Amino acid sequence: MLALRSVRAGYGSFQALFDVSLDVRAGEAVAVIGPNGAGKTTLLRVISGLIRPTAGSIAMEGTDLLATPGHRIVALGIAHVPESRRLFPRMTVEDNLKMGGFLPAARPKYRARLDFVFELFPRLRERRRQLAGTMSGGEQQMCAIGRALMSDPKLLLLDEPSAGLAPVVVEQVFELVKRIRAGGINVLIVEQNVQQVLRVVDRAYLLKAGSIRAAGTAAELLATETLREAYLGV
Amino acid sequence: MKRSVAVCAGAGLVALPFVYHQPYPLHILIVILIWSFAYTSWSMMGRFGLVSLGHGGFMGIGAYVTALAWNHGGVSPWFGIPVALVAGGVLAVLVAYPCFRFRITGHYFALVTLALSGIVLQVITATRDHTGGSLGYTPTRYQGGSSLYALQFTGKTTWYLIALSVWAAGLYAWHRVDRSMTRYALEAISEDEDGAAAAGVHVTAEKLKITVLSAMMTALAGALYCQYQMFISPDTVSGISISLQMVFAVVVGGIYVSLGPTVGAVITILLAEVLRISFGTRAVGWDNLVYGVLLVLFIVFLPKGILGSLLGLRRRAAPAAPPRAQTGAA
Amino acid sequence: MPILDVYLLEALINGVLLGGVLALISLGLNLVFGVIDVVWICYAELIMFGMYGMYFLYSVFHWPILAAAALCIVGVGALGVLLHVIVIAPLLGAAPINQLLATGGVLFFLQSAATVMFGIEFRNLGLRLPVLKAAGMFISYSRLLAFGAALIGMVAVYLFLRRTYTGAAIRAIAQDRQIMTLMGVDSRRIYVVTSALGGALAGLASCLLVLLYDVHPFVGLTFGPITFLICVLGGLGNFVGGAVAAFVFAELISLGGLYLDLEWGYVFAFVFFIVMMFVRPEGLMARRS
Repeated sequence: MLALRSVRAGYGSFQALFDVSLDVRAGEAVAVIGPNGAGKTTLLRVISGLIRPTAGSIAMEGTDLLATPGHRIVALGIAHVPESRRLFPRMTVEDNLKMGGFLPAARPKYRARLDFVFELFPRLRERRRQLAGTMSGGEQQMCAIGRALMSDPKLLLLDEPSAGLAPVVVEQVFELVKRIRAGGINVLIVEQNVQQVLRVVDRAYLLKAGSIRAAGTAAELLATETLREAYLGV
Repeated sequence: MKRSVAVCAGAGLVALPFVYHQPYPLHILIVILIWSFAYTSWSMMGRFGLVSLGHGGFMGIGAYVTALAWNHGGVSPWFGIPVALVAGGVLAVLVAYPCFRFRITGHYFALVTLALSGIVLQVITATRDHTGGSLGYTPTRYQGGSSLYALQFTGKTTWYLIALSVWAAGLYAWHRVDRSMTRYALEAISEDEDGAAAAGVHVTAEKLKITVLSAMMTALAGALYCQYQMFISPDTVSGISISLQMVFAVVVGGIYVSLGPTVGAVITILLAEVLRISFGTRAVGWDNLVYGVLLVLFIVFLPKGILGSLLGLRRRAAPAAPPRAQTGAA
Repeated sequence: MPILDVYLLEALINGVLLGGVLALISLGLNLVFGVIDVVWICYAELIMFGMYGMYFLYSVFHWPILAAAALCIVGVGALGVLLHVIVIAPLLGAAPINQLLATGGVLFFLQSAATVMFGIEFRNLGLRLPVLKAAGMFISYSRLLAFGAALIGMVAVYLFLRRTYTGAAIRAIAQDRQIMTLMGVDSRRIYVVTSALGGALAGLASCLLVLLYDVHPFVGLTFGPITFLICVLGGLGNFVGGAVAAFVFAELISLGGLYLDLEWGYVFAFVFFIVMMFVRPEGLMARRS
């Protein structure tokens, strides 16, 4: 479904990704784990079109993403939940979700998608008229994920969904990822919380200092020494 | 600029009126010098990102206060001009202090100053019983026109030398500021106000100092203009058009270079004269039209101005200059 | 004494009516600033052109007034788009001051173009609407009409922003520009729509102002500075703040005009503005500086 080959990307003179290649196949949930500053956020941004790679190729179901203007990438079925949520703070929950469904293809399905999101997140239904900026971190995360789901995506990109959240809420978030996954949506999730994320995905990649150091099933990576080295430098 | 070249050029400029007597070209030179001084005054602030769109107001104050003091109060311009300068300075403080104190910068500051010059024009129009309103105002001639006491002279040569000295003084002031700690303080402020404050710079005080200096110099330009032309009206010395014209000239000439505003003055005044001569009265409006188009083109393609860009090209050939602060029109 | 009260009341009411139009103008400016982060210094000049449009369509070519108004609104809207595409879009990455200066250049251009094309004489629409006499006060229908139309215009914009997808995108882009592409929004298209909307509001304002005032190339210099003061005081980008400030300033102008010449009204407004900066600087805190 999603294929990255030898992708290089960075910010100005600073290069963040070096020859990254990875796949997300249909029906999968994949994680990219790694320490801080590894380039995980950059990776997702390159896929969703927020930044452009300097080399390499990215294809979604065969369509070359590099030839696609940034704002058309979501029409290909890729929805990105950015780091720190990035909700529109002075708009209501409902308006934020509406923006998620901005895509012309998604507009006729607005009601249906809204019901779907509210079913997944009953709390959001209660708070639909509340200004997004006034909600708690966990609620904002739900809203951000809901917003991304409004476009009826095939692939959901999640950037550190557990960041800054209380442990109880983190549990809920990963439960959610499982449910979304069960609903037939592919997930590419970038996380620092290794233990939790490896329990909800099929495969994972280890990204460190911009390069893929290891790849395999979740179980393999959980067991491997490489992980401990990467994180603790032991 | 090499010292010797500057000295020769300077000597040449001083000697000019004694060698070349034609009144019309001398008149043009005088006008260019006075406006160059006005534009240089604006650029004292403008180069640090303190873009004021209200300097027309200060020029108007300089002109009208001097003229009114003379006509109504019988006060010689020798006193009238300092009073006008103080008035300009006070107005600058009144408007700039709250802006700086409450961190009103960039867009906001530009808009407030824009409104200021508009308001000055309104005041001049509103007090039409004293100022003649939009019809204009004339300082009364004293003893046949040439008098040191009244600061009025019929001879172009005298005015040329006066204008030349004031213009030179303006350049000197520019260079003094350029070499002072104020310059570094203001450059730091324009890059990162909080950082500068943390480093111990008195942000409000520094900004206020340069604003008052700039305002007072501009007021002086207005006063000189009044004394030379012996006729002032709201739209020739104040108002938004004048304010924008100042910015335009400096942007075209080069905002970071001391002679940039002068180059800008040469271009704008010559342009106006050429249009006036070619079109006569039909030229009304065309000069500003050309300004408008040129301003947009320059901002888009040559934000450093003509002189600035030329010097930039030269500097790139021989990189030795210290890095400039990335502010405003660059 | 009673007579003075009536004049005062009349001035107060006229202030409110004028406030409506000023609020409309500040809405247009705030919309463009909030979305594109640029101040159109030449906004008043766009209105001036709209006023000339109305004059020529109605007084010279004898179009029906509503048709003339409709064409003006669309025409100035198109001018707004032109302004954005030709001048603003190339400068979107440049320093904000450059953008301001560029619109200053357009100001020059529009004023001069008007001078060259139409001459400097004052033109009047020639439409004499009746005057309403109520409780000893004279309120002109022109002012009532202007107020009503301004109100309708503002409600229309409100509904557009709240109910439509594009309206939501316009509100969103002002809050977080970078992630708009994630939702499939093409920022450039939104800028163009916003420019058209800002221009259309100027067009509506021009239809209303031409009922109240004569038009000449420099008419923008009378209400332009005040509009900027309104937006700065209300907070650039803050629609409600701008509307409130508009009514306050309109009252000041109206009351100033009651006791003294009209120009002093503007002076009062400016002095008030300076005082407000000292007294309530929070009133100037906008979403961005």
